[in-house]
Amino acid sequence: MSPVPAVSLAAAPHGFLSPTGVEIAFLLVGLVTFGAALVTVTTRQLVHAALWLVVALGGLAVEYLLLTAEFIAWVQVLIYVGSVVVLLLFGLMLTKAPIGRSPDADSGNRWAALAVAVAAAGALVWVVVDAFRATWIDLDGPAAGTTAVTGQSLFRHWVLPFEALSVLLLAALVGAIVLSRKAKADAEPNTGPTSDPNAGPVTATAPAATRTTPTATPGAPTATATTPAAPPGDQEGAR
Amino acid sequence: MHLAYPAVLSALLFCVGLYGVLARRNAILVLMSVELMLNAVNLNLVAFDVWLSRTARDTLHSGQALTLFTIAVAAAEIGIGLAIVLAVYRNRGTSDIDRLRDTAEGPDGPDGEHPDTPAAEKAEATA
Repeated sequence: MSPVPAVSLAAAPHGFLSPTGVEIAFLLVGLVTFGAALVTVTTRQLVHAALWLVVALGGLAVEYLLLTAEFIAWVQVLIYVGSVVVLLLFGLMLTKAPIGRSPDADSGNRWAALAVAVAAAGALVWVVVDAFRATWIDLDGPAAGTTAVTGQSLFRHWVLPFEALSVLLLAALVGAIVLSRKAKADAEPNTGPTSDPNAGPVTATAPAATRTTPTATPGAPTATATTPAAPPGDQEGAR
Repeated sequence: MHLAYPAVLSALLFCVGLYGVLARRNAILVLMSVELMLNAVNLNLVAFDVWLSRTARDTLHSGQALTLFTIAVAAAEIGIGLAIVLAVYRNRGTSDIDRLRDTAEGPDGPDGEHPDTPAAEKAEATA
């Protein structure tokens, strides 16, 4: 490790065997994140998968903070943990996923998927470690990702993509509304041959919703896995 | 910080998401795995942006800008994806992607959904 390439800073001697405190913290949080991601894709309880996804995304937010990208970290917390996971939970409940353990969460090709994923992980980790084995990030000095720096670069160099992104979000909003409305309009004449997918489950979940509504905490999406059992009836009514 | 730490974590998260996309059967779980893959890419972008802002004196901060754009596009994607999944669920009564094979060309032919429809209702009733 003595020949440090010119592309790195080449100022201070670094070593693999003397990790800094930031590296140790990054490693520990990374282990938590990786474990939560593994549980997310392997658990058989669908709501638990969404709640472990919260842990994984929150761990990634902490990693962003350790990389001094504070604005990205808070955007991650706000958008992913705050809205995307709540949307996923709503989706799980609107499709009436089983709350308990569902034995058919994994399809039959999970061993092929495991082989592909392990092969891809091996290849990617090997290539990445081999490529960046002598590269260090200098985290000292003024932070490289503060909100001021991010805002200046965003509104100085990236204004046009930023505006285009707002148009994209508007298109996504309109598209989601159109998809929902059109599906409902099409479902009306098709209720005969497809035996009315709306009518049966509503009556099936209505007693469950009324039973578990007092225990529900709508304002706490990161609550324990038993409480989200309530909202499907409410959402079905709202739709 | 060694650059290999975020890069390796990002690669591992991406492969976990890849496994989830390939192995899961519920469409919403597949969307969760896609979110994991997008987050792995975001971690890579942030790490390389912090590295390049010091090493190459980069003031463009393209990594962080692209991370913000990726987060916004992922939010749009999850909204549209859930709308599609809900529409499919309303029409079919299932969100099992193994049963949505209308466009498949196989030995069961285009009428493969007729034996699936009672099974879907049965699974729905047990759920």
